[in-house]
Amino acid sequence: MEKRTDKNSYTVLFAVGMVLIVGALLAYLASALKPLISENERLEKQQNILYAMGINNNDEGSATFVSTDEAPKLFAKYIKKQLVIENGEVKENAEAYLIDVKKEQARAKEGKARRLPLFVGEKDGKKYYIAPIRGKGLWDAIWGYVAMDENMVVQGVYFDHKGETPGLGANIKQRYFMDDFYGEHLLTEAGVFKGITISKTNSDPTNEDKNDFEIDAIAGATITGDGVTAMIKKDLRLYVPYFQNLKKQG
Amino acid sequence: MGKDSKLILDPLADNNPITIQVLGICSALAITAELEASIVMSISVLFVLGVGNVVISLMRNIIPSKIRIIVQLIVVATLVIIVDLVLKAFAYELSKTLSVFVGLIITNCIIMGRFEAFALGNGPWRSFLDGIGNALGYAIILIIVGFFRELLGSGTLLGMKVLGDPIEKTGLYAIGYEDNGFMLLSPMALIVVGIIIWVQRSRNKSLIED
Repeated sequence: MEKRTDKNSYTVLFAVGMVLIVGALLAYLASALKPLISENERLEKQQNILYAMGINNNDEGSATFVSTDEAPKLFAKYIKKQLVIENGEVKENAEAYLIDVKKEQARAKEGKARRLPLFVGEKDGKKYYIAPIRGKGLWDAIWGYVAMDENMVVQGVYFDHKGETPGLGANIKQRYFMDDFYGEHLLTEAGVFKGITISKTNSDPTNEDKNDFEIDAIAGATITGDGVTAMIKKDLRLYVPYFQNLKKQG
Repeated sequence: MGKDSKLILDPLADNNPITIQVLGICSALAITAELEASIVMSISVLFVLGVGNVVISLMRNIIPSKIRIIVQLIVVATLVIIVDLVLKAFAYELSKTLSVFVGLIITNCIIMGRFEAFALGNGPWRSFLDGIGNALGYAIILIIVGFFRELLGSGTLLGMKVLGDPIEKTGLYAIGYEDNGFMLLSPMALIVVGIIIWVQRSRNKSLIED
């Protein structure tokens, strides 16, 4: 005799029931936790931006953000201006850090104007210009924040990724990689944008030469490294006119 | 009780999911370049396999056999997503480290294998023990492989420079030792697993197939 659970009607009913239960459960959880999750993401953005300009709890070795409790306070204290550059026009916008770079890149692809957020921070009398960048790694998105001075010399970076291989590509968010960027130039002496290349043939592993436009690559993470190169070159290039204007205004 | 403890102890050595059943190789290759990732993955699988086995075992009499694989997949995927969401809301930092593993857990053949081979035919308590045992067996191999790959490939353990500093030439590096970057690439994980299998079978001849 056929078992009850082998009947086609039972199978279909079971499948429908299971999908409904699981779907409802996940949808409920996702929407119930949404406010908490987006608050975490908001704080993380502030922590990232502060990290890039050197405000962090780094001790020896690992990269450590300021705590989530302090982040909003420090963000308000150190980030003096939040700018949005659109079609060459610069406007202040207190919510610029919430602009989704991914969406803006998609808009640019459709031929629409892309809004470029830029954060002006000040620490110990020194100005930092922090720009978000975003690109593709090996498996998924990679992104970061680059802090520069008025000559587009890198003053600090923070990189992150969605799903790069642990131990290889994922190491772009390790101190030993990110710290190398400090002092690296983005513009040639003539003021032409050259960007920074993550290089496997770099003969300067301790990165003493800050004028070579190169950073030593991570072994085993070629594609992720190429992704970092590409997002630096593509996204930071867009900010060059702003810095040229800044120079002109003196 | 002897029978129950066998459920935990067997997969640790003589019926190890990786070295004997050769399951879960894909994740063993992907994430063992450093020890920390191996440990995190082990804990995640321990949780998912333990709970998943219990859930499948409780449902074993009502699951239609024609779509049982899909049902198993849904159970794993749901568990993993729930864990991911809860972590994102309450332990954001941790969730960022773990997010890479989510996909790898869902497709981990050990999990599907234990659901199919054990939980569908056994009670919840025994299934729970079986899940824990297999996850621990998986963990041991992952941690051994991660240990050697990180030590020989990067000269570190859990990120600490245990062999000295390669750039400032201290410790072992002072006498000319070099990291073997090859250890960081996936094929070396397979070779390390191969060596473990070799050692294990040469010590216990009954494991050798004809």
